[in-house]
Amino acid sequence: MLKVESVVKSFGGFKAVDGVNLHVNAGEIVAVIGPNGAGKTTLFHLLTGHLSPDSGRILFKGKEIGGLSPHVICRKGITRSFQVVNIFPRLSVFENVQIAVLARERKTFRIFSAVKGMAEEEVNRILRSVGLFDRRDVASDLLSHGDKKVLEIAVALSGNPELLILDEPTAGMAPEETERCIRLIRKLSGESGLTILFCEHDIALVFEIANRIMVMVRGATVVQGSGEEVRRNSEVQSAYLGESGEC
Amino acid sequence: MRRSAAPLLLFLLPAALLALPHVLPRFHTYVAAIVLLTGLLATSLNLAIGYTGLYQFGHAVFYGVGAYGTALMLTRSGMPAPVAFLVGPLAAAALSLVMGVICIRLSKLYFGMLQISLGSLVWAVVYRWYSFTGGDDGIHGIPVPDAISSPKGSYYFTLAVTALCVFAMYRIVRSPFGKVIQGIRDNPVRAAAIGVDVKSHQLTALVIAGFFGGVAGSLFVVVENSVFPDMMFWTFSLEVLIMCLLGGMYTFFGPIVGASAIVLLRVFASIHTRYWGLILGTILTLVIIFLPDGVLGVFIRRARPKEPADA
Repeated sequence: MLKVESVVKSFGGFKAVDGVNLHVNAGEIVAVIGPNGAGKTTLFHLLTGHLSPDSGRILFKGKEIGGLSPHVICRKGITRSFQVVNIFPRLSVFENVQIAVLARERKTFRIFSAVKGMAEEEVNRILRSVGLFDRRDVASDLLSHGDKKVLEIAVALSGNPELLILDEPTAGMAPEETERCIRLIRKLSGESGLTILFCEHDIALVFEIANRIMVMVRGATVVQGSGEEVRRNSEVQSAYLGESGEC
Repeated sequence: MRRSAAPLLLFLLPAALLALPHVLPRFHTYVAAIVLLTGLLATSLNLAIGYTGLYQFGHAVFYGVGAYGTALMLTRSGMPAPVAFLVGPLAAAALSLVMGVICIRLSKLYFGMLQISLGSLVWAVVYRWYSFTGGDDGIHGIPVPDAISSPKGSYYFTLAVTALCVFAMYRIVRSPFGKVIQGIRDNPVRAAAIGVDVKSHQLTALVIAGFFGGVAGSLFVVVENSVFPDMMFWTFSLEVLIMCLLGGMYTFFGPIVGASAIVLLRVFASIHTRYWGLILGTILTLVIIFLPDGVLGVFIRRARPKEPADA
């Protein structure tokens, strides 16, 4: 479904992403791991059009998407959450999801119809599925950090994506919130067969839910494979998992 | 919000507005018309700044172009008056589109600064082009159709048009488009990531704001029968901005409250002192320190039920 071939992106003289290869098949959960500064977020920005690659190819369903604008890529079926909470703080939880649904339905230029009640059933269904329904009328700025991250996933889901990209979905979450987030990711993948690409620092979590793992070090792909293959790879052990044997 | 007061207000306010010219002397009717059209102007600015989050620092230009467009059509073309009243706002909307296309490439303050510069350019042309715009003298004694030329007639015309335009904007704010521009205001990056073409929505909002600003300008021609370049000078843009700030940028009716306060203050305080700006400055400082959400913003927040504290 997604194929990334030797993509390079540099800022000034610094090569943040330097030859990344990645492929994601339909229905998979794929994780990207790597030390801080390995270029994971930059890679995700390249995939969703927030940055454009210097060279290399990014193919989504066989078509080049590198360098397209974010809203165009979104319409092709890739939506995402951000590492730092990224919602519409002055809008209610309901409205956050609602405008994402309206954007997908291309109804955002309707100027004289009332927005109240539009797409209500679908928004309610999405909020129920992520467990935020009882907080739907709260201004989203007032949510807890964990709820905000979940709301972001809900907003990303509202675009009805084929590929959902999550940039550190559990960053900053309390343990029980993390637990809830994992259940949610599993459920999305299991029930709706959604393809998910995520990056994460919680290694235990990665090995628990990912079908395949791609390891990035200093902007480049070191290895890509199943959890077992990654664990066995000596380069990964020295470069990432460390000699201290954290994992 | 304001559940108890709302129905009462909904009945009393129109009644008061309709009865006003029969109760108040001529001068006060004139002031009331100015309050109305300035309220419309401030509301149109708020569409850009409060709802879309664009730093619209040169809004008076669209007001001025709306006024000059109508004034020039009435004085220099043989076209019927209704055409003149359409041409003003449409000219403002067109200018808004052109300036928007140029300014939208920049964000935040840079957008605002560039808009002030381009606006000043328009002002300078109007100010200097004596043969066409009347230069710094402006245009006076503009012939307005008889039906709306009397003080009462111009007041009712202003009231009707303002009510219609404010209602239209109220609908726009509550449309899918209105919600999306609020999303863009809150977080343009996120908006793009859900598939919204941010720039074209911002541009549309600017054109709408420019159009209604132009309508306010046309109304000024009806009430005042004259136009002058100061209408579009950047200091007036700032004054309109202050109206929004004073009344509450994140409320729909706040700018009207702010506009009423400032117009009334200017009219009545300036009778007593030349330094009415000093009074305005003091009030504004106090509002910014103590009521950062504006006057109306505070009332609305008071009336809203408290959030449960479990968040």
